[in-house]
Amino acid sequence: MSDAIVDPRYRRKPPKRPLRLSWADERIRGIVWQVLVVGVVFGIIYWLWSNTVHNLEVRRIATGFGFLHREAGLPIAEHLISYEPTDTYLRALTVGVLNTLKVAVIGVILATIIGTFIGIARLSKNFLVSKIAGFYIEVIRDIPLLLQLLFWYTILQGLPGPRQSFHPVEGVFLSNRGLRMPSLVWEGAHTATVLSVVAGIVLAWLYGRHARALQMADGQPRRIWPAAVALIFGLPVAVWLALGAPWTIDWPAMRGFNFQGGMAISPEYAALLTGLVTYTAAFIAEVVRAGIQSVGLGQWEAAQALGLRSGSVLRLIVLPQALRVIIPPMTSNYLNLTKNSSLAVAIGYQDIVSIANTTLNQTGQAIEGIAIIMAVYLTISLSISLFMNWYNARIALVER
Amino acid sequence: MKQVSRHSVFRMLGAAVVASVMALPAWAQPAGGSPTLDAIRARGTLVCGVNSGLAGFAQPDSRGEWRGFDVDYCRAVAIALFNDPSKVRFVPTTAQNRFTALQSGEVDMLARNTTWTLSRDTSLGFDFPAISFFDGQGFMVKASLGVNTARELDGASICVQPGTTTEQNLTEWARAARVTFTPVVIERLEEVVGAFVAGRCDAFTTDVSGLAAVRSAQANPAAYTILPDVISKEPLGPLVRHGDQAFADLVRWTHFGLVAAEEFGITAANVQQMTANDARPEVQRMLGKTGDLGKMLGVDPAWLARIIASTGNYGEIFARHLTPIGIQRGPNALWTTPGGQQYAPPFR
Repeated sequence: MSDAIVDPRYRRKPPKRPLRLSWADERIRGIVWQVLVVGVVFGIIYWLWSNTVHNLEVRRIATGFGFLHREAGLPIAEHLISYEPTDTYLRALTVGVLNTLKVAVIGVILATIIGTFIGIARLSKNFLVSKIAGFYIEVIRDIPLLLQLLFWYTILQGLPGPRQSFHPVEGVFLSNRGLRMPSLVWEGAHTATVLSVVAGIVLAWLYGRHARALQMADGQPRRIWPAAVALIFGLPVAVWLALGAPWTIDWPAMRGFNFQGGMAISPEYAALLTGLVTYTAAFIAEVVRAGIQSVGLGQWEAAQALGLRSGSVLRLIVLPQALRVIIPPMTSNYLNLTKNSSLAVAIGYQDIVSIANTTLNQTGQAIEGIAIIMAVYLTISLSISLFMNWYNARIALVER
Repeated sequence: MKQVSRHSVFRMLGAAVVASVMALPAWAQPAGGSPTLDAIRARGTLVCGVNSGLAGFAQPDSRGEWRGFDVDYCRAVAIALFNDPSKVRFVPTTAQNRFTALQSGEVDMLARNTTWTLSRDTSLGFDFPAISFFDGQGFMVKASLGVNTARELDGASICVQPGTTTEQNLTEWARAARVTFTPVVIERLEEVVGAFVAGRCDAFTTDVSGLAAVRSAQANPAAYTILPDVISKEPLGPLVRHGDQAFADLVRWTHFGLVAAEEFGITAANVQQMTANDARPEVQRMLGKTGDLGKMLGVDPAWLARIIASTGNYGEIFARHLTPIGIQRGPNALWTTPGGQQYAPPFR
């Protein structure tokens, strides 16, 4: 929009006036006030900082981040990277950050899917469907999240013990210790397969772009999906077969007190994820409903009058306009979900807050611990904001 | 403070958080006198950090009045200062916020099942004047589990509270004993006990005294077994901020006074009569009849006599709060009995 037409009156520069060193000069007054305000703000920050440092010193409270390299000695139940209590606090905190991301990323994806579904259901012409969706939204929105988390955790604790666990399918056990499932023994070939899925998606996207360019040139629509399926599914299968098709399953089995082997979803993680997803989905549903309703009925009718099919109407006409309304509040909901995941500490899921709290308690270095928590959430939240703002700018109405 | 400038950005972030609590350095200078005692006297009440609710140690009763072993230590210090056991304001603290509360001056002292360790004594900026309770970490299981020793817990899920020495003892013991376990780490005592009772974990670990307190609070205490293994030393005691020796001395000698009173047979019932009649020189000095030990501590001569008249001696406090929940004297018996470790230096 840099070449947009600007009113010529705004292009004219104001006449230059000499700077007079006097209180009567508006610019001098402005500079004085700004220096004063900035000075006061920095003065307060400096005072808080020096006072804290002084008091810490007087009380002989250790400071600095040296403790990060000491042995942590704290047990962590769930870790995405290998972790032993003999590892350092730094590694323990990294495990905590990954645990937070594990619940935030999956939570955001699930909440978006479920929220969109409920938001559309709310607009359904079917009385029952729309009322159920409305009831869900009202009930979930009105109950504090912490209570909901404790509710889900209590429900999951009510499951039978490991020795009496539900056993619906071979290798799957549901008990108050969580859900145990068979898992694949991971090998290099599997990593290659996953990478080839990513490669397939990129290639399919490039092919789609090419096909669209051809269609623009000669007006002939081309079928994209056969090539896309071949690239996204065929390529990984071919890679997997070429690398010897490894397929070893680790079956869980009851040994001693607990199940060993396989993979597990802990009740703590399940309760936290369920609570966050159901809670945030209610808000997302309302955002989606607002977005769809913001597109005027005339747009639907105009699109249909052009002869577009209903799928195309949604994809080409309604959705691009609805997304403009949906994306900004959606960003807030994603941020909320991420920050709300810090309630994990109440139900024993070891996220960054839980582990940093323990760290600051064992080392006594509260300021450093709080600073780490703040830095982590700031980084995650700013990343989400940056991505969503970029996406928002991309889909924004391009004015001509 | 060389490290400070290196991380000044982080520090400033964090400083803004806690500086508001630490902003007024009323007692920041430890030189001469006792800033803590001055602040307590000026305020008229002692502010004492206690457990937010642990049967036997600190718990509000049905009338909302705090009762317990640790609570009586707070009251004893208040009696020494004000001759009034009600001149205490109790601040419930969790395992997580107790140290910050003391560091920041929110409380004058902590009497809250806190283990004396080197790092807490030094880098956290505290002093541990005395060991009021010798404890050790143990395990509790459901009797129906059929486990008799801790080593049989291999592969078990173990419930533990975060941020305490308990957590670190557990991992160190597990490594040495070659026991693998799945931790279930929950912050609040009520919730971690709830998870244990619901069967989320096979065992619950904390100090043995804490296990006894939790067991006594269950509907059916007999359904739970405390395993005989004790995996750590947990010397629990009151703590104060480092640098205020006068206040630390008062807390220390309050504890020794309670122990010495038991040793000399001074009880709440007979303290008046002993003050008047007992001829033993040390008893006379303790109860303020002769000498000026009270003055040396900065309190009036009859300080200990008044404490004992109100709370009773160490043995009486123990019998009132801890014996009912099934805790034996064990190492907390007087040094004069076999196995006992409670010992008071001479009142001279």
